[in-house]
Amino acid sequence: MPLEVQIEKKLLDFTLEVSFRAEAEPLSILGASGAGKTMLLRCIAGLERPDRGRIKLNDRVFFDSESRLNIPARQRRVSMLFQNYAIFPHRTVAENIGFGLEALPRDERSKRVAELIERTHLAGLADRYSRTLSGGEQQRVALARALAIEPEALLLDEPLSALDTHLRSQVEIQLQETFAAYRRPTLLVTHNMEEAYRLGARLLVLSRGRVIASGAKERIFQRPPSVEVARLTGCKNISRARTISDHSVEALDWGCTLRVAQPTVQSTAQPTGFVGIRAHHIEFVEANGAANEENVFPCWLVRSSETPFRITLFLSLQQHSSQSPQPESAQLQAEVYKEKWQRFRDKPFPWHVRLRTDSLFWMKE
Amino acid sequence: MRSGYNPEPMDWSPLWVSIATSVTATVITLFLGLAAAAWREGRKGPALALVDGIFLLPLVLPPTVVGFLLLLLFGRNGPLGQLFLKFDATIVFSWPATVIAATVVAFPLMYLTARAALEQVEPSLLQAARTLGASEWRVFREVALPLAWPGVLAGTILSFARALGEFGATLMLAGNIPGRTETIPIAIYFAVEANEMTQAATWCLIDIGISLALLAGLYYWTHLQAPQRMRWARR
Repeated sequence: MPLEVQIEKKLLDFTLEVSFRAEAEPLSILGASGAGKTMLLRCIAGLERPDRGRIKLNDRVFFDSESRLNIPARQRRVSMLFQNYAIFPHRTVAENIGFGLEALPRDERSKRVAELIERTHLAGLADRYSRTLSGGEQQRVALARALAIEPEALLLDEPLSALDTHLRSQVEIQLQETFAAYRRPTLLVTHNMEEAYRLGARLLVLSRGRVIASGAKERIFQRPPSVEVARLTGCKNISRARTISDHSVEALDWGCTLRVAQPTVQSTAQPTGFVGIRAHHIEFVEANGAANEENVFPCWLVRSSETPFRITLFLSLQQHSSQSPQPESAQLQAEVYKEKWQRFRDKPFPWHVRLRTDSLFWMKE
Repeated sequence: MRSGYNPEPMDWSPLWVSIATSVTATVITLFLGLAAAAWREGRKGPALALVDGIFLLPLVLPPTVVGFLLLLLFGRNGPLGQLFLKFDATIVFSWPATVIAATVVAFPLMYLTARAALEQVEPSLLQAARTLGASEWRVFREVALPLAWPGVLAGTILSFARALGEFGATLMLAGNIPGRTETIPIAIYFAVEANEMTQAATWCLIDIGISLALLAGLYYWTHLQAPQRMRWARR
């Protein structure tokens, strides 16, 4: 088992209490800012000392509170990519990359540095200083420097957050390539769910210092186990719900009764919970004929919000008598491509939406 | 009337004593101040407030108090005086006494500026160096110090200027022995005492000249040079 972490550390307003294992593959750690993600990485790197617990990489114990063992960062061979990249400003690109290779003879060091410069597409920049580099180049220097020591684990703290949008996808692809070649435990901290999904093979969701979900990313995104995980993974539609029978629930906030696919009803003991559906899973259907189908409801538009290619429609399943509908009466958010929206935007209300049973998921508090 | 007055030829030895003393004291202060600042960096705790207080005391105490304490320490019956006696050395009223007095009063300035400069270094740079396998010594020498250097140099200049101007503690510990312990400030004092105003004025002008040059150099360094050199330190 490559990386085993089981630590506790008291932070300012909560306690970081985390336990997980990471294989030799990229693991995304998703959480809101201030959830303790960075602190977790710093504990693994040896820059912070946990109060209690154990950290083990391959067969080396880094930290064990019982035997009072705490290997210093410089002996761990765990590289960390800092959010601000932490490039040494008084050293050139080549000197930065070679920083961890002091022990090597000069020839070998410069060979290795040249190799890394090649691999991270930094050719021609070897003698430049960081202040003359773009954000993407700085990130590559930091990555090359981190990989230079052939670390046994790689920790990345928000590697993309300092980059412009147009650079991100490019850098993301490079990171994916790097991870594919690296094949050792790679922990990637982010608050961006899409980044977490694209870059990690598995996912760990952190909230206020605790792991609230972990496992295969596909499963966590499709069936978030709790409201918090649903929110962190970008689910916009969450309603309090009450179980009625094996396959139907009453969505209290939306004001409708839904058929659900999962026999939700491990929850007869606990008949209330939450039901959710992602904004892009809400389907718009023609009124005629469909109105009596399963999980199809009439709806009224409350307001909308456009992005360049998509539109978010805030819908209410009830018609409101007042002329000016209140935004808070919007209970469902649907997201559709504008092309599709063109087709029904001028139709008279009510429109009809379908909440497919296999798109709905049941959550505990 | 001037007719009977036969001015003595100017004795330049105070200038050389002053420069030798200040240079030596500054070099010692640089190392002591840096070491103290590096040691203090990253440490927390109530006991350190006391340590800081002791380090900074020479800055606020009257030089006569510093001189008196040094006399107690280095005098024939003082602990350090006794130690030196074993090697047949006496500190009081010798040239090394001028260096000791100047070092003690210059130390707080070096310590303060070095600490401020080291604290300005972005912590993630030091941490990155550690994860890359660097020892604490290497982190200090190859990352912290080069980045803090503009501030450290400013502290060095300030310390030199302070050492050059030291009077009270020097007089008490080292006395006024022409050619050995008589520095410029002491020469000025005794020139005035002896009513040799021309000589006093000459020394004053020399002292003002040196100090002004140092401060102008400091300003030049921190305001015109440093912003370029330190630009990378900010990001």
